[in-house]
Amino acid sequence: MTVPVQLKQLRREFGSTVALDGLDLDIAPGELVALLGPSGCGKTTALRIVAGFESADGGELLMDGEDITSVPAHRRDIGMVFQSYSLFPNMTAAENVAYGLRVRGVSSRERAARAGELLDLVGLPGRGGHYPHQLSGGQQQRVALARALAIRPRVLLLDEPLSALDAKVRLSLREEIRRIQLELGITTVFVTHDQEEALSMADRVAVMKDGRLEQCAAPSELYDRPATPFVAEFVGTMNRVPGVVGAGGVVELFGRRLPVQGEAVFGAGAEVDVLIRPEGFAVTAGGASVVRVATFMGATTRLHVSTPSGVEVKVDVPSWEADGLVPGVSCEVVPHEKPVLVAERTLSPA
Amino acid sequence: MARMTSRGPVLGIAALYFLVPVAASLWFTIDSPDGIGFDVYSKGLGSEGLTTSLLRSVSIGLATVALGLLLMVPTTVAVALRLPKLRRIVEILCMMPLVVPPIALVAGVATVLSWQQDLATTPLYGTFQALIDRDFPLILVIVYTVMSLPFLYRSLDAGLRSVDLRTLVEAARSLGASRTQTLLQVVAPNLRQAVMGGAVLSLAMVLGEYSVASVLGFEPFAVWMVNVGDSEAQLSVAAAMLSLLLTWGLLLLLTALAGGRTRKTQSRRKTTS
Repeated sequence: MTVPVQLKQLRREFGSTVALDGLDLDIAPGELVALLGPSGCGKTTALRIVAGFESADGGELLMDGEDITSVPAHRRDIGMVFQSYSLFPNMTAAENVAYGLRVRGVSSRERAARAGELLDLVGLPGRGGHYPHQLSGGQQQRVALARALAIRPRVLLLDEPLSALDAKVRLSLREEIRRIQLELGITTVFVTHDQEEALSMADRVAVMKDGRLEQCAAPSELYDRPATPFVAEFVGTMNRVPGVVGAGGVVELFGRRLPVQGEAVFGAGAEVDVLIRPEGFAVTAGGASVVRVATFMGATTRLHVSTPSGVEVKVDVPSWEADGLVPGVSCEVVPHEKPVLVAERTLSPA
Repeated sequence: MARMTSRGPVLGIAALYFLVPVAASLWFTIDSPDGIGFDVYSKGLGSEGLTTSLLRSVSIGLATVALGLLLMVPTTVAVALRLPKLRRIVEILCMMPLVVPPIALVAGVATVLSWQQDLATTPLYGTFQALIDRDFPLILVIVYTVMSLPFLYRSLDAGLRSVDLRTLVEAARSLGASRTQTLLQVVAPNLRQAVMGGAVLSLAMVLGEYSVASVLGFEPFAVWMVNVGDSEAQLSVAAAMLSLLLTWGLLLLLTALAGGRTRKTQSRRKTTS
């Protein structure tokens, strides 16, 4: 089976800035991969190289096994939805959707039929005659999605298509995009800086930092078993608590010995930071720690707890267990016995 | 309501400022010792030189607009898409004709044209002859194109800034459009109003230009009017009135062409809402 998209050691520099530093990524057929990372990590550059709008300084870009590194954008058969509203203002919604077919010389009858079919698919039946300025932002992005799909692209690229929309529309449209992507089974690359968006939509999330791939994994794996401290802290909320590595690959934290996840990088006695998620602790009433803040978040309540060592940790507890845990109450924080990630110490214990 | 009352006098004064000279000119052309009459118009239309000079001016104007757009549309689009760092330089170059007096420009052009005697034995002599052809002086088209650069640049720049050109071009390219298709089907239609705005201003400038044509010894409509004014003042003013009508007619035509799509869109919106 050929791989629809393969990025091999892609490198791109802008002056003295290295935007991509040997990026490797394989995307499987029908898969939705989200490129996630902070601003300037190279995710948009990578997408633009796949689209053909930027050229790579080094490396290869393969599509279905064929090297397309030097193929111009208009010969790649790639559909793209942009961050800003990119509909052609001089064309109606239907004309926009049919534009890719028009430049391919498809007959007007076939174009009209395909445009209608796609406008139905994106939930805009009967809006074909509207001009872009007559549509809302969410509707314009739906038309842009229909336009990108009309040419039956080999790969669909989404460059932060939801970032210009308000929260409610963003939520409904992301579900819509995922539904359509699964329905059509189209290989999709989705760039976002919104981790909630990436984790909820993607089959796999590729976390990038400084032009390199930190980890590419399914959302649950990324969250539960982050490969690097950067991924651990970038995805979700993470506590950094000082600890000491003991013999046999364990680390001591709040009186418990927890197995260290991954390869043993630190020797026994090394002072490290233990990375542990808010739900990785249990809290019981009574003890030497004190609840400082309690924030109700629906199903869970987030507590900010000061420990005897002076470190403040965030702890998520089911709301029904958090009744008595109000600010000022004494409590005890105990980590669950699960493997934890450790990182070089950046915190000094109090 | 207060806004309406403050607008009234301003509009009234502006209307007087424009209409009084027009009305006075009109009165001057129709008032004769024998009473009110339009003889000067009927006689003037048949007078020698009017039609020829008027057609010459219109053709020079249209050629200027065509050459200016051919030069400026690809340039401004290329600067916006590929060379944004050059924007300031292009802007300064295009604004130059506003600070260089036409008389200085024409002095330079006259010097260059005087070289033709020295080039009489070379193939360039023919080129000079074409440039100064009395029926259609190409040199005026070239000079007027330079003089129209500020109008064209300002208009096109405003048009380009009002659309996200880079994204539109990338969207078209990703859909399979070639560079030519992108330029003709996506970029140009979205610059139509800007193009028409620049064309209208350039055409108006050419139809009323006198000094360059006069110094170089050509006789487009403005020069003909001044020449005929020495002997027949009434005919000269009547010709000015006709040229005013012609200019307004052309401007209305271009404006209607530019606004056609907008009106169509608006009417469609009314139908769908």
